[in-house]
Parts: sequence; structure tokens; C-alpha cells
Amino acid sequence: MSHKILIIAEHDGQKLNLSTAKCVTCARAIPDAEVSIAVFAADGAAVAAQAAALAGVHQVLRIDDASHAQLLAARIAPQVVALATDYQYLLGPSTTFGKDLMPRIAALLDAPQLSDVMAVESATRFRRPMYAGNAIVSVEIPAGSKLVATVRTASFEAAAGGGTATVSSVAPTAALPDHTRFVSLSAAKSDRPDLQTAARVVSGGRALASADNFKILYALADKLGAAVGASRAAVDAGYAANDMQVGQTGKIIAPELYLAFGISGAIQHLTGIKDARTIVAVNKDAEAPIFEVADIGLVGDLFQIVPELEKQLAGG
Amino acid sequence: MKRIFVTIKRVVDYNVRVRVKPDGTGVVTDGVKMSINPFDEIALEEALRIREKGLADEVVVATIGPADCQQQLRTALAMGADRALHVQTDATVEPLAAAKLFLKLVEKEQPMLAILGKQAIDDDASQTGQMLAALWGRPQATFASKVELDGDKARVTREVDAGLETLEVDLPAVITTDLRLNEPRYVKLPDIMKAKKKPLETLDVASLGVDVTERVKLVKFEPPAQRQKGVMVKDVQELVDALRTRGLV
Ligand SMILES: Cc1cc2nc3c(=O)[nH]c(=O)nc-3n(C[C@H](O)[C@H](O)[C@H](O)COP(=O)(O)OP(=O)(O)OC[C@H]3O[C@@H](n4cnc5c(N)ncnc54)[C@H](O)[C@@H]3O)c2cc1C
Ligand SMILES: Nc1ncnc2c1ncn2[C@@H]1O[C@H](COP(=O)(O)O)[C@@H](O)[C@H]1O
Repeated sequence: MSHKILIIAEHDGQKLNLSTAKCVTCARAIPDAEVSIAVFAADGAAVAAQAAALAGVHQVLRIDDASHAQLLAARIAPQVVALATDYQYLLGPSTTFGKDLMPRIAALLDAPQLSDVMAVESATRFRRPMYAGNAIVSVEIPAGSKLVATVRTASFEAAAGGGTATVSSVAPTAALPDHTRFVSLSAAKSDRPDLQTAARVVSGGRALASADNFKILYALADKLGAAVGASRAAVDAGYAANDMQVGQTGKIIAPELYLAFGISGAIQHLTGIKDARTIVAVNKDAEAPIFEVADIGLVGDLFQIVPELEKQLAGG
Repeated sequence: MKRIFVTIKRVVDYNVRVRVKPDGTGVVTDGVKMSINPFDEIALEEALRIREKGLADEVVVATIGPADCQQQLRTALAMGADRALHVQTDATVEPLAAAKLFLKLVEKEQPMLAILGKQAIDDDASQTGQMLAALWGRPQATFASKVELDGDKARVTREVDAGLETLEVDLPAVITTDLRLNEPRYVKLPDIMKAKKKPLETLDVASLGVDVTERVKLVKFEPPAQRQKGVMVKDVQELVDALRTRGLV
């Protein structure tokens, strides 16, 4: 018997977020998976087509409604519940979108939720981190029970393309609450790669000492084609935007290359980068804990090292 | 009476380096410092500020857990909460069961706002607030970095992956706190003395009629894979060479 899985797509109206392709990979690790994707959008044509092209996807459900221009958990959750009778597993990414939405679905279904699934061991057994990643826990759910989960995107590769799923339209649920209203989204416009999916990330900590000084990191990042991240201390101090925070309570990332400048390496920060392929740390304190996890470490003043690094990279 | 309901979870202090027990049954908690979950301190601080602005009359804090949780409730009362509710149990209470228990309390207390932390730093679940909102049939505004009350509505700015999102919600509503919402106040000694006289009511799970049986079994705890210790280079030239050798630039 197959295990029917429904993934709630994350997208911006035009483009399917890479996190959805990662959920597909997680879903396909469940034995005998039959994977469907639900696309809630104002006009879901483009996003549904991208979802249908992901390898291993069986079916795409397209639920169009003008009010889906913003995906409010209070309005989407009851609609997912209406679809859920046919599915045993309901998955979403462990991004702020999925973290907000999935528990609301779980509660309405009276189903347990696993957050941040990092590995699938069987149809009933999964692994997830607890205590800021200081413990990796194998968890078991009762066989046959409905399960809601968020997928730790840093733990899975994105599903490949080449799929040919069918797309079917589903009518939105009529009576939805209007007690929650979208007002605005202020998103920093940037031509740099997206922090969550970038292959290279340049990151700065409290040591940068001002928003202005962060410019040297932007310059280096642009040379490398990298995204820019920050520690909580740097964000709290206003040197970097909140969406740049990396760590337990920010973004969990897994780039090929992570360069940390003036970041001490607090456990909450390291939680966000421990799946990076190569970590480079620059810190003036040779005892900084970041050096315990760095693949390449350099003790020194970042204000000298960053510009010099940029110059040398330009030269080669 | 305009009331704010705040949840307070007792967790291993965030400064403690948590270690897995050698037998894999859990993490070491013997002799380990316990504190209020940092996000819950922020939740309480926000509630107190709203009350101090005259926009609420009473702040009620609630916890679910063993007898020792009363230490954290006393701290919350010392910070300025008016009353405390303790649902006493030694069972492991999963987020959904916690949400069901909180719903019972909320139905009784009828708050205009329920403020929870966005996540407990022990289970790192980030579920309870959203679940409470769902069961209560009320709005949720998660990961809040700014809360403005306006009559029977609230405007909440949320920290989302794309930036900052603002929602307007009708009250009553559930809010979960992010780190930059505020900086919690320190507890002063005289307040600790005063807090001893504030009401703290103990309830049991059975009397609330909620089934808290575990559904997710925590089978085995393991320490995370350790990263190999790397190399130290002495200058930028060596750094660039190391990056090139590895094919990273
Ligand atoms: C509940 C909770 C959640 C948290 N979540 C996160 C999170 O998601 N992400 C996160 O990052 N933090 C998080 N934190 C905060 C974390 O504990 C640390 O406080 C924070 O990561 C420290 O940031 P930092 O390394 O930039 O600053 P610091 O610890 O102050 O380190 C600055 C470093 O810069 C070095 N330095 C100074 N000047 C120079 C120079 N000129 N050149 C080179 N090096 C220099 C210093 O030696 C020092 O090591 C959280 C904390 C709590 C309690
Ligand atoms: N047992 C509990 N006692 C008190 N508050 C809790 C409890 N469990 C969850 N919470 C609240 O719910 C928030 C989110 O917890 P979680 O969903 O476990 O990450 C916490 O920050 C607390 O405010």
C-alpha cells in the first residue's frame, strides 16, 4: 500500500521556492511514497507547472483564489484540512512559512507534528534535532496515524526536474475566517543570491561595529557571487537586516562555503551552519569557539583581512 | 477586565552546553541550571509593557510541568505578572497537548491576548502558539518583532524569511514572540519578596479533562556528528591558496 503525502508549496506567486523541492526529496524517502503538492495562489498556473516538473511528484493540486495572494495560515489551514482526508502525511518546509502554517493544520487535524525532520528512517521513524542541535533524536509515531511535519531544508537536496505530474484544479473552501488581514511586507531588494539557498555565504558578526562597515562584506560577497548573512548580535545592533540572521532562531543554511568574519561561534549560531561543506573563520581571538568547527581558520583583524582577500580574489 | 495570558516554560538555561546521556535516553539535566525559556521572558515583558501603558488590567502567567516549575512562575511574578497558574504534571507534554491544556485555561480566563514564545529552546518545536490559535479559532501572529494595540485590533510585525511582514488581527488573538520584540527587565530583590504573596494556583491535568498521552515516542538521543578540526592558515595568501586547492574559489 502506498503512503500518500501532501506537500504545501511555498512560493512568491510566480516562483516555487526551492524549499518545496527539498520537501519532495524528504517525502520520497518515506517507503512507497505517493507525493502530491498543493499550490495555493491567486493564479497558480506558473507555480503549479514548476511543481509538476519536479521528479517523483504524482499530482499537483491547484487551489486558486484572489485571497491567496498572501498565504495566511488562518485561511490556508482549514483548506488543507479539507484536502487532508486523502493523505496520511502533510509536509511543509521548516521556513517561517511552514513553521507558521503546519502546526495550525496539525491542531485542526488533531495530529502530532514533527518539526525540522532531518532524516527519514522508516514510515514511522524519523530523526530531528532538539536543544539547538545538541541532541539528534530518533522519534517514532504510531503506524497508520496521520502525521504533520516540517522539513529541515538544509538536510535534503532539492528534487531534480523532469517530472510530468498531472495538475488538477480544486475549488477553494467557501467559508474562511477574515479575522486576520495582511497589511504589508517590507522585503529588502537585493540582487545577491538568496541566503537560504546560496552556494556561498559571507557572514559578519558584532565585530563589524556598524552597518556602514558591513559594506566591506557586501563587496567581498559580490566578488564571490555570495549571499550575506549575520550573527544575531549584528542584527540586534542594527548592522544587518533581520532576514540575514543565521542560527537556531534565524536561518539554517548549508552552503558549499561559509565565511565567518568577527563571529565568536556561539552554539546558537553554529546550529545554523553545521551542514556547511566548508567553514572559514576569521577572528582576532585565537580562542574563539568558531575555530573549533572551522575547516580553515585565520587569526587576525577582519578590517585588514577582508579588503585584502577581496583584492587577491580579484587578482586570480 | 482586560487580561493578557502568557505562557512560561521551564527549560535548560540557554548558556548550558546540553549533553546527551550516555545511554541515549535523554539529555543530562541533573544539576543543570534551569530558567524561563528566553522567548517566554520576552512574551511576559511585552504583556507587562501593554499593562503599564494602561491597555490591559491583568497579566496571568501559566506553565505546564513538574513541581519545580513554580520557581519560574515565582520569577515571572517577580517580574510583574499578577497571578500564576500551574498545571502540575510529571508527564512529557507534547505541543498539541500543551495547546489543549492552554485552551482550557484561556476559555476560563477569556484574555484579549495570549502571548507565547515562538519556540521552546528544549524541544525546538515552534508549534504550541499556532496550535492554541487553531483550537481557539482565533488569529495567530507568529514571530512578532512589534505589537501595536488599537482598540479591538492589533497590528503585529513579524520576522519572516523575506523580511518584515505586518498583519492586522482582531482580538482576542495569539501572538508568538521573536527575539527582537523587546529586552526583558531584570528582577529586583524587593519584587522577589513581594512575589511570594501573589496568587499561584495549582491545577491538575485530570481536572482539566485533557488527554496528554504521548503520541511521539522519543526513542533515542544521540550527540550530533562532530565536525573534523580544520587547519589554521597564517595570512590571506595562505587562505586564498587553501580555498583554491579545495576548488572553492
Ligand atoms: C534563545 C537565543 C537564540 C539565539 N539565536 C541566535 C541565532 O539564531 N543566531 C546567532 O547568531 N545568535 C543567536 N543567539 C545569540 C548568541 O548566543 C550570541 O550572542 C551571538 O551569536 C553572538 O554574536 P557575535 O558572534 O557576532 O558576537 P560576539 O560573541 O560578541 O563575538 C564577536 C567576535 O568578533 C571578534 N572580533 C572583534 N573584533 C574583531 C576584528 N577586528 N577582527 C576579527 N574579529 C574580531 C571577537 O573576538 C569575537 O569573537 C541566540 C541567543 C539566545 C539566547
Ligand atoms: N509545558 C509548557 N509550559 C509552559 N509553556 C509552554 C509549554 N510548552 C509550550 N509552551 C509555550 O509554547 C511556546 C512554544 O513552545 P514549543 O511549541 O514547544 O516550541 C513556548 O515558548 C511556551 O511559551
